[in-house]
Amino acid sequence: MTPLLEVSRLRVEFATRRGPLVAVDDISFTIAPGEVLGVVGESGAGKSLTGAAIIGLLEPPGRIAGGEIRLAGRRIDNLPPEEMRRIRGREIGAIFQDPLTSLNPLYTVGRQLVETIRVHSSLGGREAREHALQLLKEVGIPAAEQRIDQYPHQFSGGMRQRVVIALALAANPRLIIADEPTTALDVSIQAQIIALLKRLCREHGTSVMLVTHDMGVIAETADRVAVMYAGRIVEIGPVWEVVHAPQHPYTVGLMGSIPILGETRERLVQIEGAMPRLTAIPPGCPFNPRCPHVFDRCRSERPELVPAGASRAACWLHLGAERPVHA
Amino acid sequence: MPEPLLRASGLVRYFDVSAPWLNRVLERKPRAVVKAVDGIDFEIGRGETFSLVGESGCGKSTVARLAVGLYRPTRGRIEFDGTDLATVGSRREMLPIRRRLQMIFQDPYASLNPRWRVREIIAEPLRTHRLLSGAALDERVDELLTQVKLDPADGEKYPHEFSGGQRQRISIARALAANPEFLVADEPTSALDVSVQAQILNLMKDLQRDLGLTYLFISHNLAVVSHVSDRVGVMYLGRLVEVGEAREIFRAPRHPYTRLLLDTIPDLKMTRREREPVGGEVPSPIDPPEGCAFHPRCPFANERCRRERPELLAAGKSAVACHAAEEGRL
Repeated sequence: MTPLLEVSRLRVEFATRRGPLVAVDDISFTIAPGEVLGVVGESGAGKSLTGAAIIGLLEPPGRIAGGEIRLAGRRIDNLPPEEMRRIRGREIGAIFQDPLTSLNPLYTVGRQLVETIRVHSSLGGREAREHALQLLKEVGIPAAEQRIDQYPHQFSGGMRQRVVIALALAANPRLIIADEPTTALDVSIQAQIIALLKRLCREHGTSVMLVTHDMGVIAETADRVAVMYAGRIVEIGPVWEVVHAPQHPYTVGLMGSIPILGETRERLVQIEGAMPRLTAIPPGCPFNPRCPHVFDRCRSERPELVPAGASRAACWLHLGAERPVHA
Repeated sequence: MPEPLLRASGLVRYFDVSAPWLNRVLERKPRAVVKAVDGIDFEIGRGETFSLVGESGCGKSTVARLAVGLYRPTRGRIEFDGTDLATVGSRREMLPIRRRLQMIFQDPYASLNPRWRVREIIAEPLRTHRLLSGAALDERVDELLTQVKLDPADGEKYPHEFSGGQRQRISIARALAANPEFLVADEPTSALDVSVQAQILNLMKDLQRDLGLTYLFISHNLAVVSHVSDRVGVMYLGRLVEVGEAREIFRAPRHPYTRLLLDTIPDLKMTRREREPVGGEVPSPIDPPEGCAFHPRCPFANERCRRERPELLAAGKSAVACHAAEEGRL
């Protein structure tokens, strides 16, 4: 199947007085139609910037410094802003962590939906409102007929996120980029939103790039997962494989550090140290100073993604697979 | 359970959030009171970790502040080693108690003074309580930095030079400075990445074992709570709905709300268990539902639940506030 989204050798840099900082370093991945790709990583790993680069919302001084992004075969990383704007919303929808930043506090929810629908379709005013109402019902807003004329501040956090999902779906985009869509919500609301997102994307056949720090959300939602570390993808593969048989030493440590309900362990697995700052990314493999399996080559040569188990990992241990990784 | 170090009985804390007097008179707005903590009882045994878990607005952080004497209870008692914190009148009387209980906050960025060197931050409790000075003070600060796995040389730096996890270590070192017995940790790892969270949780466990500390641990993350706790209290809208041994509560939850919370945890091991997301949201603590506060979301609610507030009753090894559990309707 031809991929819907194709990112190849994407590089995002920030210009500073002391030269460019590389925040996303030469990453490549694809998303198939209808597929949910999870992108997981810790703060500063570059996962949100990757999402922002794809929808063309990188804030200066951040910029795409290399690589290509293709949506359904068409290159979109070098489009003029006006053309990119038409793609945003129409072809690619976005859901962010804080629903209040995506909603205008001065307009009613209905007006924002109608506006979005009319920009991207030929529907008239009345039909657009009809469609807006139907969307609100679809995302599970109770008493949608009344609530369509209310303002965002009259909605709770979970309900606002539902409105944002309705907005993202308004033009029936082929891809949704969801950046930490449940992080600001309480756990019981989080479960509702994940279930909703999953159901809607399945029904509409929408592809999703789900960016989150929460491996649990990924495990429940995604088909494949990309693990990012210091601006690079260190492992990518089917979710089940990455969760149960992580191949990169970082993924192994990350999985072990998550406390799991009902598992009584005296101590959690601990990855010593912290992710390097962008100003001090070590040469070779960026994980080498923290890696329990480090050897000479890791300190000098950068590993590329190579087959590892059912996934692919950027780790010298897997070159020729002479040595398995142990947790 | 070992001898209790902290005991809350009938603990109540309300906050007046009414509109200003003039608005109340002119616009006839009624008084509004948030019932943040509405009558809870619990005990924390010496050397154990007791956790309070619940969603935003359930009152768990208010309990944390009550437990260290930052708030005074509206009603009820909160006793630390036999002394009711509400009856301690002056600052001077409070000082020796305050040395023995310390707090770690959620946001390691907001809780450290950015203009002070780390050495000064950690030394502050020792100065306030006049415990040490001069070379002995410096030595103690070095020891504390080592204890939280930082370098003594880090003492000369400022907070902004540290990552979130390292800052939380500094907060812990400061909390430990005056040799407290009791630590209240309010969401200590919620602002941290998971791998850093693991470091801090491991550190807190090591310190508890080495120093015999007692913890009150506040968190919304059930997996974290199940990992660190001996006993757990589940809060909903200012009340405790279930209290008991952590193992028991996570193995066989009794209250429907505890079951809901456990059901909402994303399934990391991907057993493909179908989760039934429970509808509804937490109601406002200004106007909580009559009877059992959980009844509008509860699949087992009946007439009695709508009318009569359930009390916390012993049920097996736990205590549960639920009519359905009491009547065996679950």
